[in-house]
Amino acid sequence: MFPNRAAVEGVADQMQLADVKGRSLWADARTRFFRNRAAVISLVMLGCIAAFTLFGGLIAQFEGDYVDFSLIGSNAYLGVPSIENGHFFGTDSNGRDLFARTVQGTGISLMVGIVGALVAVTVGTLYGATAGYYGGRIDGIMMRIVDVLMSIPFMFVLILMLVIFGRSIFMLFLGIGLISWLDMARIARGQTLTIKNKEFVEVAVAIGVRPSKIILRHIVPNLLGIVIVYATLLVPNMIIFESFISFLGLGVQEPSTSLGALINEGSRTMQFGYYWQIAYPLFFFVVTIFAFFFVGDGLRDALDPKDR
Amino acid sequence: MLSFIVRRLAVAIPTLLILVVLSFVLMYAAPGGPFNSERPLPPEVLANIEAKYGLDQPFWKQIVNYVVSVVTQFDFGPSFQYKDRTVNDVIAQGFPVTLTYGFWSFVVAVTVGVSLGVAAAIKQNSWIDYFAVGISIGAQVLPNFVMAPILLLVFTLWLGWLPGGGWSGGQWQFLIMPVIALSTSYMASIARITRSSMLEVLNTNFIRTAQAKGLPMRRVIWRHAMKPTILPVLSYLGPAFVGMITGSVIIDVFFSTGGIGQFFVNSAFNRDYSVIMGITILVGTLTILFNLVVDVLYAWIDPKIRY
Repeated sequence: MFPNRAAVEGVADQMQLADVKGRSLWADARTRFFRNRAAVISLVMLGCIAAFTLFGGLIAQFEGDYVDFSLIGSNAYLGVPSIENGHFFGTDSNGRDLFARTVQGTGISLMVGIVGALVAVTVGTLYGATAGYYGGRIDGIMMRIVDVLMSIPFMFVLILMLVIFGRSIFMLFLGIGLISWLDMARIARGQTLTIKNKEFVEVAVAIGVRPSKIILRHIVPNLLGIVIVYATLLVPNMIIFESFISFLGLGVQEPSTSLGALINEGSRTMQFGYYWQIAYPLFFFVVTIFAFFFVGDGLRDALDPKDR
Repeated sequence: MLSFIVRRLAVAIPTLLILVVLSFVLMYAAPGGPFNSERPLPPEVLANIEAKYGLDQPFWKQIVNYVVSVVTQFDFGPSFQYKDRTVNDVIAQGFPVTLTYGFWSFVVAVTVGVSLGVAAAIKQNSWIDYFAVGISIGAQVLPNFVMAPILLLVFTLWLGWLPGGGWSGGQWQFLIMPVIALSTSYMASIARITRSSMLEVLNTNFIRTAQAKGLPMRRVIWRHAMKPTILPVLSYLGPAFVGMITGSVIIDVFFSTGGIGQFFVNSAFNRDYSVIMGITILVGTLTILFNLVVDVLYAWIDPKIRY
């Protein structure tokens, strides 16, 4: 009547053998991400651009602020891009090596983008998670503040700040970070509202973990997926933002430069036929933004399968 | 509905006050005043000028005066840089221009964006779909300050069809490039949002019912699918409006159209505080009003929202 013991153990053994290794959320996401061809190509592109900004300075034959007096004033025929005289991307209208300046500008744009996104994401996540976790009146007040701040056109306030406190990269970071954490706070709060009713949070509350620790140790790690996606999509927006301000001449100051400033300079001289002065910065701008958008999209598809 | 509008206004007014106070505090904290030039004025003259502009009064009095004159008389005070003009003159000169091309950009972005998105969703995976998706991806990397030089390069320098800048009282030749440059990226976003929203709506049960009872496709789209489709688009219009009004600064500077953006940037370089503040407050008011309109529209279209 009972199946014999050996047979049962045999089945048990087989079940152990058949026990597949569990796939974590992250491993799953990685497979999904690498199946997305556009995202992978974009990731490689980003790698190339990062390498360009890191090591481009070694290839460049000139410093970014070195003025090549032998070329100045005769841009149209001497400043053109050429391998022979060492100006791979030509020179700008002041006779400076455009290759070196593009390297520097791309680097600064990338840095502003990444640091700005990091600041925004950190502040926004903590703020949103706190509001969502406490709920009730605290949540109400905190989110009203976000609503109020959101309806202020911050670009104008930021320009006002840049005018008043002087233009510097630090001011840019501060201003950009101040503006862009609002969306993240909303998203993080929405997610926190669902997470805080899960059992593991209940357990943590029951054994007396402090709220601040619950937020940092139990809620924020569960927000990580969406935070990463949002951060990746935020970087290109930050770069666009910074370029916008630099285009107006209010951002990064000479001799430093950024892609926006280079595009602006190029757009002033293209009427004389110096197309390369706008073409190279524009190319790097477009490729960088494209790559970030595609990687962000790929990450979203990979980490958030229901949102397609 | 009325109480909803009143309640939204009750939030909007403190927001505006915060904006005014914020910009005033920033301005007050600025090192150096508008009259600290390279050649210092005699102290008596400086004192006279400061008395004229009310700069010798204590901080709280200045801010109260400013807020009161802004609120009661829409008076933003005199420009510090152009001695014979008030901020209101500057705004009156620049604002109609900004309003004209801003209005057209908005119209173009919404109409072209929505129709492109709807067409792409109805004919999914056809050439028009790929065209729309292609445009909306491409336009993501073409913000106004990239679009403007490209347009100028193609239409003015290569083809010679359009004037490279200026305004000329708003003739259409001068309007085309600003409108295209300002609207492209928002048009693309609207097309993308409309497409995905429409695709989602077309898969719902009530659309299947409408088709099952034999309604022609056109009627299904217009009567049944359009309303829920437009909701996400509507909530994007707020940010789009802010983006466009910010982008108008680029347009003004690049095409020399003479809108408020040009004055804003000039004043930013000249430290003409009163003009900067006036424009910031004007833009903030517009934004807040616009968001209010969008919220009311949203509540009106979506019967699920109850206030």
